Order: sequence, then structure tokens, then C-alpha cells
Amino acid sequence: MIRIQNLTKYYGKHLAVDDISFNVEKGEIVGFLGPNAAGKTTTMRIITGYLMPTRGDVWVGDYNMMNNSLDGRRLIGYMPEIVPLYTDMTTRAYLYFVARLRGLHKKRTKIRIDEVVETCHLEDYIDVIIGKLSKGFRQRVGLAQAIIHDPEVLILDEPTIGIDPIQVAQTRGLIKEMGKRRTILLSTHILSEVSMICDRVIIIHEGRIAAQDRIENLSTLLKGGNRIRLKVQGPVEKVTDRLRQLHGIRAVSYEKPYHIVEYPSDQEPRGEITEDLVRNGWTLLAMESVEMSLEDIFLSLTTAEVKG
Amino acid sequence: MKNICIISRKELKSYLTSPMAYIVTAIFLALSGTFFATYLAGTNYADTSIRGFLEAGQILILLFAAVLTMRLIAEEKKLGTWELLLTVPVRDTEIILGKFIGSLAMLTGMLLLTFYYPILLMVFGDPDLGPIITSYLGLFLLGSAALAIGIFASSLTSNQIVSAVVAGGILFTLWFLGIAGNFAPGALGELLSYLSLSRHFPDFVRGVVDTKAVVYYLSVTAIFLYLAIRSTETDRWR
Ligand SMILES: Nc1ncnc2c1ncn2[C@@H]1O[C@H](COP(=O)(O)OP(=O)(O)OP(=O)(O)O)[C@@H](O)[C@H]1O
Ligand SMILES: [Mg+2]
Repeated sequence: MIRIQNLTKYYGKHLAVDDISFNVEKGEIVGFLGPNAAGKTTTMRIITGYLMPTRGDVWVGDYNMMNNSLDGRRLIGYMPEIVPLYTDMTTRAYLYFVARLRGLHKKRTKIRIDEVVETCHLEDYIDVIIGKLSKGFRQRVGLAQAIIHDPEVLILDEPTIGIDPIQVAQTRGLIKEMGKRRTILLSTHILSEVSMICDRVIIIHEGRIAAQDRIENLSTLLKGGNRIRLKVQGPVEKVTDRLRQLHGIRAVSYEKPYHIVEYPSDQEPRGEITEDLVRNGWTLLAMESVEMSLEDIFLSLTTAEVKG
Repeated sequence: MKNICIISRKELKSYLTSPMAYIVTAIFLALSGTFFATYLAGTNYADTSIRGFLEAGQILILLFAAVLTMRLIAEEKKLGTWELLLTVPVRDTEIILGKFIGSLAMLTGMLLLTFYYPILLMVFGDPDLGPIITSYLGLFLLGSAALAIGIFASSLTSNQIVSAVVAGGILFTLWFLGIAGNFAPGALGELLSYLSLSRHFPDFVRGVVDTKAVVYYLSVTAIFLYLAIRSTETDRWR
């Protein structure tokens, strides 16, 4: 449904998206995962026709977004990162305006407004000025406008950011529900969000695709390593060197005042570390395991790629 | 066509629900009314024409246009709604024309309100209607050219103040080209005069509809709307 080929985007001299290619099949929910400035928003803006790429091609349905943007845009519902709301309009007037621009005629617009208002739980806010709505409800109005024309393809740029946990759960449920009949590409920084709603994930880092796979496969890859944090009383350099020599350790680094040790999940070097430190006359003050952050995962994925 | 309607109606509605348009209209009416009355009093009510109103009105309408149009695109860019407009299946041309027609409707409404000057004259005297009608045509054409310039300025920035200042800059440059034309020699002088926004207006006041003048104002309108469309397109290539 969405095909992206060798997409490259420069902002002036700044390379934001670097030769990426991927497809999203009909009916799939694909998560677009990446840290800040990875190029998620830029890619989505090109898919939706808001920006033109420097190089490469994008097809939505049968339409090339470079030469046939108008027809392509008809298939898409888009919720941009900055929710595009006219703060001086009521929710109803806003949805009416968007629906009419999306090509719905008047009667159908009225029906669809009632439907999306129910879907997005906006009943109590339909005649309220959007400027007076809370962030979470604005987000819902943004979602409502994206689905008002019942599009085949949904592009959602961080749809759950800035809303409270209960609403996040609701919104995710909503997206999953909508995904039964639609093709969805959604971006997020939240790893768990992807595993909750997506069939497949594309990880993007510094404008390049670092990994893409089905959720089941990827989670083992992501969980493929453990890391622990040590506080050692002893000469920093020597301790680091010594730790590096130990068996079954992948990497050692020093972030004051901790030594960070990474090892593959099929290894258990903690006993040996303790013994070895004591043998050298150093004192182990603390040892604890730390979660791999999203940033670390990207780093390990990207460095792994370079190594491999 | 339908899309143009939808957008212009939205713009008109948002003018009518925001205080800005009312404030600007009130100022316009107060100032032009003062000039209208002072002129009449100055001729001891002998010259029952709207010349007083027109003297002030031709400049006021430029300011009016710059202020009315400054938010049209700049505010959309600031709010992020520009991204919505550029990703719905609507042509860039339709967006710009919709905005232009919305602001033109607002301008027409304001001109209609000033009809009470000639009506007053008709009630209390016997004005020459010909020049009054052509003057309104002139104001309308001048106003639409100024709106197009304002929309172009608004398409360049996400800051409304910058938009108004740029529009004002272009408008007054074009306005005072006529004076430059007086000093420049020969053909250059004539060219500058022809390009000046101010040079064509006095014809309308005298009751003359010169095709050259009409073509001039319509061309300025078309050129700046075209530039606004191009500036929207180039936004995508950022
Ligand atoms: N309009 C712009 N002009 C210049 N540079 C830009 C522009 N928009 C984005 N960039 C740059 O392009 C890169 C990618 O930005 P993008 O917004 O696509 O990232 P993102 O993955 O959406 O990040 P986030 O998670 O923070 O939303 C960044 O380095 C950013 O600074
Ligand atoms: Mg983003």
C-alpha cells in the first residue's frame, strides 16, 4: 500500500533521511521507531505530500506522490506531529471544514462527524472551542480529523505523545481497532507501544533504517544483551582493562562513577566479576542491572551493523 | 471551485468571529468619515462629492489590506494547520484563491459600509453619480491588488508582523514609484509611473474608466497571487 524507494531528504546541507526503502502492506500496522531527529517526521511528511524528497520515490496505493500527489492524498488520513487545529473553531466546525476539504459532501459529512466523535469519545466537547480543550482532547480531535473520510491509509506521527496513561491505553486500543481495516504507519519513541499495537517495526536512526522485522523476531534481537552497572573502589583505568579481559563480556565503559558492563544474554559473568575484583584488591561497592534504553538499542543496532 | 468556496467561506467566517476585522473596519470608517466631512465643510458644501473620503480611502485601503491578509497564511504556518491544508486533496492554487476571495469578500463588505457617504449626499444634495460609481470600482480594484500583495507577503513567513511589514513595504514602494517616475527621465519615468499603484487611481476619481488602469490593477492582482502560489509550492521543496 505504501512503497518507499531510495528516499533521501536534505534540508539545505543537512541530511535528514538517507536512502531508505521500505513497504507497508495493505492491512498492516507498522511502527516507525526512532530517537529524536531520526527522520521519522520528515519521512511521513514526504509520504503525505507535504514535502518533496531530494531523491527517491513514494507510492501510496497506485499513485506516485511526486507526480500524482492529489490522488495519493485522497487515500491518506494524516495526523501530523504538531496537531493542526484552528484554535478559534469549535470541534464540530473544524471537523466539518476538514471533511469538506477531503471531498465529503454535506450529508455524508454530518454522518461522519457523528461517527468519529463517538469513536474518539468527543461527545461532550463537540461544541467547545478547540482552544479551550486540554492537550489530550486536542490530540483526539487530531485523530478524529485524520479518520473523518474513512481513509485506507493512516499516517500517525506520535499519536499518543502528551496524553495521560488511561487515554494512552484508549488511544492504542482505538488504533488497533482501526488497523483491522486500514493500513497504518505510526511513529513513536516508545518501544513498548510498538510491541503493543504493531505487526511490524521499522527502526530508523540518523536517517537510516537500522532494523526492520516482525515484532516477534525483533524483540529477541533487542533483548539480546544485558547490562550491569558497577561501582568499584579502585583505579578506573586498571579496573576497566581488567573487566575487559574477563570471559563472556561484550563491552565495558566508564560513566562516572560507574563502570557499565554489557554481556550477551547466554552468559553469566557476574560471579567471576566479583571474584576477580576482590582478587585484585578492589572493593565492589554496588552492582545492579540497568535496562537498555531506546538510545542504547539504536546504538547497539547501528554499531552491530557496522561490525557485521 | 468547490474547494475555493470552502476555504473562502472559512476565512470569511473567521474574520467575522475575530475582533481584528471589526477594529480595522471601525478605524477605516472613522478616519475616512472624518476626511469625507472635513472636505465637504472645506468647500462650504458646494462640492457634493466623495473626494474627501477617497483622498484618505486610497491610502487607508492599503493599510487595511496589509492588516487583513497578514494572518491568512502566516498564522496557518504558526499553528501547524498549513501542513493540513497542504496534505488534503486541494490544489495550492485553490488554497490561495480561496484565501484571496475570503479577504475580498471582507473588503467588499467594508466598502459597502461606506455607501452611506454617497447616500448622505443624495439625501441632502445632488451629487454626480458617475464619478462615485467609477471611484468605487477603482477602490475595489486597488484593494484587490493590495490584498494579493498581502497574501504573497503572508506566504513568505510564519510571523504575522513580518508579513504586515513586508506587505506594507511592497505596497508603499509601488505607491511611491509614481513620484520616482516624475524625476526619472523619459521612457524610464513613464514606465515607473505606469507601474505605480497611485498613478491609475485619479482617473477613476474623475469618472474615467481607463482600460489600461483596469488591466494594470488586475495584472498586479494576478501576478502577486501567482507569486503566492509559487511560494507555497517551493515550501514543499525546502
Ligand atoms: N524544516 C526543517 N528544516 C531544517 N532541518 C529540519 C527541518 N525539519 C527537520 N529537520 C532536521 O531533520 C532531522 C530529522 O528531523 P525529524 O523531524 O524528521 O526527526 P524525528 O524522527 O521526527 O524526531 P522526533 O522524534 O524528535 O520527532 C533533524 O536533524 C532535524 O533537525
Ligand atoms: Mg518527529
